[in-house]
Amino acid sequence: MSSGDHVDQHGPDARGHFGPYGGRFMPEALMDALDELSAEYDKARVDPAFTGELDRLLRDYAGRPSLLTEAPRFAEHAGGARILLKREDLNHTGSHKINNVLGQALLTKRMGKKRVIAETGAGQHGVATATACALLGLECVVYMGEVDTKRQALNVARMRLLGAEVIPVKTGSRTLKDAINEALRDWVTNVDTTHYLLGTAAGPHPFPLLVRNLHRVIGVEARQQCLDLLGRLPDVVAACVGGGSNAIGIFHGFIDDPGVRLVGLEPGGAGLDSGRHGATLTAGSPGTLHGALSYLLQDEDGQTIEAHSISAGLDYPGVGPEHSWLKDTGRAEYRPVTDAEAMAAFSLLSRTEGIIPAIESSHALAGAQQLGRELGPDAVILVNLSGRGDKDVDTAAKWFGLVTEEEAE
Amino acid sequence: MTSTSQPPTGNLALLDSTLARAKAEHRAALITYLPAGFPTVDAGIDAITAALAAGADIIEVGLPHSDPVLDGPVIQTADTIALRGGVKIADVLRTVRAAHQASGAPILVMTYWNPVDRYGVERFAAELAAAGGAGCVLPDLPVEESAAWREQAEKHGLATVFVVAPSSTDERLASITAHGSGFVYAASLMGVTGTRAVASTAARTLVERVRATTDLPVCVGLGVSDADQAAEVAGFADGVIVGTALVRCLLDAPDQAAGVQAVRELTADLADGVRRSDTPVPQPTS
Repeated sequence: MSSGDHVDQHGPDARGHFGPYGGRFMPEALMDALDELSAEYDKARVDPAFTGELDRLLRDYAGRPSLLTEAPRFAEHAGGARILLKREDLNHTGSHKINNVLGQALLTKRMGKKRVIAETGAGQHGVATATACALLGLECVVYMGEVDTKRQALNVARMRLLGAEVIPVKTGSRTLKDAINEALRDWVTNVDTTHYLLGTAAGPHPFPLLVRNLHRVIGVEARQQCLDLLGRLPDVVAACVGGGSNAIGIFHGFIDDPGVRLVGLEPGGAGLDSGRHGATLTAGSPGTLHGALSYLLQDEDGQTIEAHSISAGLDYPGVGPEHSWLKDTGRAEYRPVTDAEAMAAFSLLSRTEGIIPAIESSHALAGAQQLGRELGPDAVILVNLSGRGDKDVDTAAKWFGLVTEEEAE
Repeated sequence: MTSTSQPPTGNLALLDSTLARAKAEHRAALITYLPAGFPTVDAGIDAITAALAAGADIIEVGLPHSDPVLDGPVIQTADTIALRGGVKIADVLRTVRAAHQASGAPILVMTYWNPVDRYGVERFAAELAAAGGAGCVLPDLPVEESAAWREQAEKHGLATVFVVAPSSTDERLASITAHGSGFVYAASLMGVTGTRAVASTAARTLVERVRATTDLPVCVGLGVSDADQAAEVAGFADGVIVGTALVRCLLDAPDQAAGVQAVRELTADLADGVRRSDTPVPQPTS
């Protein structure tokens, strides 16, 4: 199994544009570093020494290939369609994030940099980054919104155990967006020594391309596993979309299969009508945030509107630029899933299959239930189970009232 | 202002002549930054007017943004206060108009790109020109993505001020200065806005590298906070840009009147600073 990180035919152009989206809307101070990263990545991606080391780490350290698991008891609640789960939750550190992090950490060493900074929402990217930095002997600083440090306290402790410094960000909405702002401020100040290990397929070029290619392994594996299991491709591939890295990774295994529908599930929060959501592609408009033109939740003056989601990992008002292009071209479709729908799917998968999913991934599961009911029992739906739900047990306990007041004492 | 047959109405020429006059006086120009709507729209106008009366040659009016990734904590706080107060682009344009009418000075807007793009590039340029504005400083608009803005800036007689950094390659400096107008904003160091104890030595080198590519004036910003630093930078640059130190005057003051007074006093000090550079100034060119 190859890491799947190879030169392909799906762009972007030389300046990082997917159609009109993407680009590099960044201060001049960072342009040289972005050029350096692009150049180093162009060399590394065709260097057997780099790809061989990455493949070895993905296999021997992260545990790839991840399993494909059929979920028949869950499928009874999804219109009887066959539901296949791509088990990124079984990767080391518990989510798909490790794929990107190992690749970028190796690139950091190639560039001769010793310090890594990262942002994190749910903490999964921060934990993965702290892990790769521990493995490769890199200094690691993680910026995390103060709201998220509270709802994902276990991951804060994990990062610190791994030797990372975690800096709570107290500006703005104190969530993922503001963690990225603060990481960018650090990067512009320390760019000579520091690589910004961006955790999603967004940001300025080359990050959307780099992160997508490093996650493409998810789709490449899943496509072959579907063929091996069923002798056919799935009808639909479903994945949750915050910034969109797990989705773009699995989508790209099927992007040249026109018969396979690609469906991204966005955080609908308390519902689109409530205004409290993070459904960027469904309810946003094109705008520039964090270095790229893409769909964005914004007001008429171009000020960012804060996102809301029960899922810290999806609580982001922007989205990766390639998703905007896939939406506009119609190659992929995007729909919102509310907090309540996602939590119901979270509970359902736990009870029917003995798998506790991340709340992020639960959005994809809820979407698969809808799609299964629409398509009926002949359909095959592949769901990217992007992460495990251990980190979300506290949130779930509160949501479902699982712990009595007496027990909580 | 939408007809193409009308002459440009923006004040780019006034910006050029203001910088030329400072050069003729063998001194650097003083450019001060304050965000619109901070602490309120009217109090912000008072502070800007005070800075102009105390010796600022050119004003940058900041357009407060929800995600000011290039700004340090002081300007972030000011932007947050302005946005919580409900400041809109219309208020920014009103601030520009009031500052220009009060002083006749060139007034620039410093803004992240998304508000201009979202508001409508042509609409923003036309309304800024109509308000008497002289142009925009655009710190996160790369020259490669700037064609739509530059077309409207030229049409409406507005400056396109790009920011360059110590890390910019010579090739990029040449491309940026070829497409800019008004002046070139040289960031004195790698970092976000904020005061620094010592002005960076990188600034002098960067100014020399920029001058090798263009005849545009080169003004230095980031980290300049007092008259001594202003005098030092005035020894090698055409203009000295001060922002955070002035914003801090307003943030730290017990009330608005005291804040405006502090802005007036610091600006007067800085205006002295740009006039007492001890390094020989370049010979004026005809």
